[in-house]
Amino acid sequence: MRHLIPFCAAILFATLAEPLSGEPVRYNRDVRPILSDNCFACHGPDTANQKSGLRLDAREAAMKPAKSGDPAIVPGEVDASALVARILSDDEDEVMPPPNSHKKLTAKQKDTLRRWIAEGAEYEAHWAFVPPVKSGTGNSIDDFILAGLQEKGLQPSPPASRETLLRRLSLDLTGLPPKAVDLSDDPDLPTYIDRLLQSPHHGEHMAVGWLDAARFADTNGYQVDRDRELWPWRDWVIDAFNANLPFDRFTIEQLAGDLLPNATLDQKIATGFHRNHMLNEEGGIIAEEFLAEYTADRVETTAAVWLGQTFNCARCHDHKYDPITQRDFYAMKAFFHNVPERGIGIYSNPVRTNAPPFVRLPAPELEAKISGLTAKLKPVEEKLNSLAAGDLEPWAKKLAAATIEWQPLEPLKAVGGDTPPQIADKTVLIGPQETRANDIVIRVGIPGGNITSLRLECTTTAPSASFQWSELKVGESKLRSIDAAHIQVLDKDRKTRSVLSVAPDKPVQALFQLESALAGAEVEITLSVENAGGPSQWRFFATTNPTELIAPAGILAIAAKEPAQRSDAERNQLTDFRLAQMPDYRRLAEEVSALKKAIAETEAEIPTTLVMEELGEPRPTFLLMRGAYDKPGEQVAAATPAVLPPLADGLPRNRLGLAKWLVSPENPLTARVVVNRYWQHFFGTGIVSTSEDFGSQGGLPSHPELLDWLALTFQESGWDVKALVKRIVTSATYQQSSRFAGGSTEADPMNLLLSRGPRHRLSAEVIRDQALAASGLLVPTIGGPSVKPYHPPGLYEQVVAQRDNPKATYQQGSGDDLHRRSLYTYWKRSVPHPGMLLFDAPFRETCSLRRSRSNTALQALNLLNDPTYVEAARHLAQRMIREGGPGVESRLALGFRLLLTRNPGPQELEVLTAAMERSIKDFTGDPEAAKQFLAVGDAGTDETLNPAELAAYTMLASTLINLDETITKE
Amino acid sequence: MSTESSLAPFSRRNWLKTLALASLANPRLFASPAAHFAPRAKRVIWLTQAGAPSQIDLFDYKPGLASQFDKDLPDSVRGEQRLTGMTSGQKRFPVAPSVFQFQQHGRSGMWLSELLPHTAKFADEICLIRSLHTEAINHDPAMTLLQTGHQIGGRPAFGSWVSYGLGSDNADLPAFVALISRPSGPTNAQPLHERMWGSGFLPSKYQGVRMSSGKDPVLFLSDPPGITAERRRAMLDDVTALNRLKFADYHDPETQARIDQYELAFRMQAAVPDLADLSKEPTDIYDRYGPESKKPGTYAANCILARRLAERGVRFIQLYHRGWDQHNNLPSGIRSQCHDTDQPTAALLAELKERGMLEDTLVIWGGEFGRTVYSQGVLTPDNHGRDHHPRCFSVWMAGAGVKGGHVHGETDEFSYNIVRDPVHIHDLNATALHLLGLDHTRLTSRFQGRDYRLTDVHGHVLKDILS
Repeated sequence: MRHLIPFCAAILFATLAEPLSGEPVRYNRDVRPILSDNCFACHGPDTANQKSGLRLDAREAAMKPAKSGDPAIVPGEVDASALVARILSDDEDEVMPPPNSHKKLTAKQKDTLRRWIAEGAEYEAHWAFVPPVKSGTGNSIDDFILAGLQEKGLQPSPPASRETLLRRLSLDLTGLPPKAVDLSDDPDLPTYIDRLLQSPHHGEHMAVGWLDAARFADTNGYQVDRDRELWPWRDWVIDAFNANLPFDRFTIEQLAGDLLPNATLDQKIATGFHRNHMLNEEGGIIAEEFLAEYTADRVETTAAVWLGQTFNCARCHDHKYDPITQRDFYAMKAFFHNVPERGIGIYSNPVRTNAPPFVRLPAPELEAKISGLTAKLKPVEEKLNSLAAGDLEPWAKKLAAATIEWQPLEPLKAVGGDTPPQIADKTVLIGPQETRANDIVIRVGIPGGNITSLRLECTTTAPSASFQWSELKVGESKLRSIDAAHIQVLDKDRKTRSVLSVAPDKPVQALFQLESALAGAEVEITLSVENAGGPSQWRFFATTNPTELIAPAGILAIAAKEPAQRSDAERNQLTDFRLAQMPDYRRLAEEVSALKKAIAETEAEIPTTLVMEELGEPRPTFLLMRGAYDKPGEQVAAATPAVLPPLADGLPRNRLGLAKWLVSPENPLTARVVVNRYWQHFFGTGIVSTSEDFGSQGGLPSHPELLDWLALTFQESGWDVKALVKRIVTSATYQQSSRFAGGSTEADPMNLLLSRGPRHRLSAEVIRDQALAASGLLVPTIGGPSVKPYHPPGLYEQVVAQRDNPKATYQQGSGDDLHRRSLYTYWKRSVPHPGMLLFDAPFRETCSLRRSRSNTALQALNLLNDPTYVEAARHLAQRMIREGGPGVESRLALGFRLLLTRNPGPQELEVLTAAMERSIKDFTGDPEAAKQFLAVGDAGTDETLNPAELAAYTMLASTLINLDETITKE
Repeated sequence: MSTESSLAPFSRRNWLKTLALASLANPRLFASPAAHFAPRAKRVIWLTQAGAPSQIDLFDYKPGLASQFDKDLPDSVRGEQRLTGMTSGQKRFPVAPSVFQFQQHGRSGMWLSELLPHTAKFADEICLIRSLHTEAINHDPAMTLLQTGHQIGGRPAFGSWVSYGLGSDNADLPAFVALISRPSGPTNAQPLHERMWGSGFLPSKYQGVRMSSGKDPVLFLSDPPGITAERRRAMLDDVTALNRLKFADYHDPETQARIDQYELAFRMQAAVPDLADLSKEPTDIYDRYGPESKKPGTYAANCILARRLAERGVRFIQLYHRGWDQHNNLPSGIRSQCHDTDQPTAALLAELKERGMLEDTLVIWGGEFGRTVYSQGVLTPDNHGRDHHPRCFSVWMAGAGVKGGHVHGETDEFSYNIVRDPVHIHDLNATALHLLGLDHTRLTSRFQGRDYRLTDVHGHVLKDILS
């Protein structure tokens, strides 16, 4: 739908806004769209980039002589106006717009501009900046819509059928199909609407659009894209809708809840709104650069969500179409620039994934567990410390005095590697190059006696060589690295590696203790090489001396020194080595680290949520030249955009003041922008079709007086959201049939005049939730951490980096997690759930106020083959059989009602019964196929049912799930 | 299939009028805007080397560096350039000459590294640009800029623009396909992002479709177990029959579009597995593309798949090969990367050439930025790393309409700054669009009141490299 902007606007212009001959030309309706689209880019509000010193968006400026000397516009004098001459010119060098702009005025547009100048070239302020007024021509939605229809000689459509309305209302107000319990007493519509508005699922459904606006996701985005925790904010939004929090408070608490006097935990959680932006965790980024990104995102999001303005243009220069200056942008940024944040995600800390500031949620059980673990940790740590305090010297002396008898091992056979290893003179030659991961297996003879330790020696005949290995195996024996440098090759994960850099004069050795004895006369030594540059020569030695006396050369050298001669670093090195060789110390150290890990893991379980906080001393904010973080210009103070009414004197110059200003009665935009989005929610298109852009380039309102009436009524009601919603859904306009009817369809194909009710495809979330609800699989729990339902395998692995992201594999949930409502589905920004993306959900990287509604073959494949829907079809089938009575027709009718809230018509029933006959026969003859088909998904199958029959009903249920009507609100 | 019988309450004339008007709102019914002028290229294969391959070790031959080993990079060369946080704390910036040998190849005498023995055989087909530059210095923004013309996500990928501008040549396949391969070496592979082949603010039908050679080459393509193509066909006939009844009642053109899309889905179920089934290739193909080509998901296997897609008229094929981010152990890392990519790349060029397809296929090879001449971390005669370097890097193009055996642009003796013919990513994109018959200043789409382009407000066609 997003791409429709120009077309909607064009049609609107053509059908609604055409100046009738004889009727005077009006600037806002007739002229501004032409000038804005064709001229303002070079002759508009962006003062830095005006061509020829000419500005056409303000009357005085347009009447001044331009560089050429002639005024562009002389009111009333067409011939004296250079603008007219230029747009009519045939000369390529003269004509405006110039050919290289690829813009061209139509004859009608030229005529409009000519007539406008002839009539005096009166300008009007842009409609959206003029305060809304109640025109007095209507006092209900239907008054304004009917007036619009009558003007075009059109009739409204008849009301939709009761079944259609029940479904339309339920889908629009709760995102779920009607519940039997809500229909059981055959309620009148007002009662039914109230029930839906009171349903806890209402808040869930209304929240989705707000989550798009707020760019809510479960990961940080950018390259690393690790998890964050912000679901408590999402739950706050759901609660706010359910509690009907007035929109002014909804605004103030989310933008500045932390600045309210005695802010509650809930009010702090609400400020997560502006922590939803992406956060870069990539190594080596420059914090300032990304802080500039985050604050810009907050400015742009605030401007779009509350003001319907495209501030992003003003980040680098004055806006080219709207009176928003670059200074306005940075003055707004100053409100959002005082958060104690770092600019970079905390990359090194795997435990706490949230980047400050955040708040902890109360979790008494977890806190008690932590106290318990901490109490256990203390005595173990004390024991460990007492061992560490032991005397070093007797041991050091013994170590320095010891002689270790190393016996060379005889290599018998060596295989593996890019080129086969060569054996010569008890030495194995590996290389000259190893380009990829490979196991090099060397069989060696072992001498008698109880071998305690091994020594591996690596050198090279080349000037230098490097050898990268990831594993070492010696038969089945358990190894322990005596030299911590090579500990990585023992972890058996084939990921962590150790590099040996050698030169002829710098051989390298690695020492290992054998923790279990070797058996037999030969053993295989396996070196897992990852790559190697240059040839390397390997030799292997064994000893029967006790391991306590073995140490690498560096340690031996330190041990041999007089205690007074050792540096602090050397003493520490020696102490660490001694402790590492003590089995008791190792055991206690392991215990300590296990306890610490348990504490850290428990701490990580305490939910936190990102919030805004305010620095005591505000950070200075500078205008950034061309938007570049490292090109600061002059300093600016926090201020609201100059073109709008000023921030009242009594309001603080911080986020709280800004939030209050946004919902102040003087603000001409917020109420209009908000009611327009609700209109869009119910009718598919806003009264202003470009719901994110109320500027010069946006669409004009199809019903300006209605928009103003709704906005003012909304404000007067105390920003009562449910009252607004109720006003819309109880209107006859909303309740019309959505059939395309002859006459009005021709005159109003886009339904801009609303000569019929809304009919459009459901959102990604509603399509899935509806199938889950109809099949009885839906788990209706509200809130909590996001969940991981079915997901095609392999999608993450292809694109996610394992190193950066321990959860590089999608770890599918189980049980209830598979069937929660879709707004709880884990949202990974780099790989959003494909079921969401295919049905036009945004990436949630930046603010999105409108989703497109595409119609693609990939959607068909999703609904046909995704286990989500195959499983839902089976459970819907089970309901049809178990609850639909004994007859085929009544069972089919139940399936229809569960998804579509109506009974099938006779022709539909004919198709369905024929399909059923065919399918039962088919599956009865192929029980294996039925069995396979019924095994999809984790939710199980009713084993008491006849498999062939169930398979046939499942096929039918899948047919119903795939109908156009099913995925459409009508 | 005719829908006329179901249109009884509506006159045909009215219906057509409705459809025509509705099509304004419905991009699927839009005929794609045709090329602006006669194209040289019908399709693009973009061999995207994610992580940033080192230009110094592959393409940008600097013999003078050998004598500079471990000397400090002169401040006059480095200038005020920003560094990533990974090396900005380094005390020294010691020059690390390439450890690899370069040789001249082909009639053109193009200097190429010993790491590219197979690609080097096509030196006379390749147009090597040694003077690419970009603003971004971190992977994600840089790759997003390379793909969409902007560092921040939200704009359409190159392939989406082409799909939007030219449509598809194959009614059963998407116009824009993304293939992702994994490196065989133990390298740190840079993550990718679905948005890199996303359609941004263009309708989602223009987004790249991720395809692989596994069981489901396209998401959800396979019918569930137990459901044969016959059963699916019969079921779809039921869906269509019911949708037609709906259409007869409501006359919403969207319903008709839905019927068409379900038919397309069914055709894709037949066409795609056939396309992705590499077992039908003659066995000598695997010799040409190298041993890795038998393993699904490797760069080599994806090169074969790319050729099959190109043969079937897919407009824009984007391969991603990750793992070029050699901050340390560059010599071994880049060797492993070239082992994965060099032979298959050359085999792809060879096959396209043999089939006469190189004439109208544009092949592009390159990453998101370059790497520094100075070593990141410890420098030894045979080991070092290199940090990110946006100021210059190398990319090559081959095929439709570009000069073979041609080198464009030049860098200073440190491969640090461009000294001749700088080429911005916008210029590269403008040129590629030009070869496709599209004027980059005219291929626009309006979003938030502004006409957006792939090249933003920049970009010049590189006339010098056109044949």
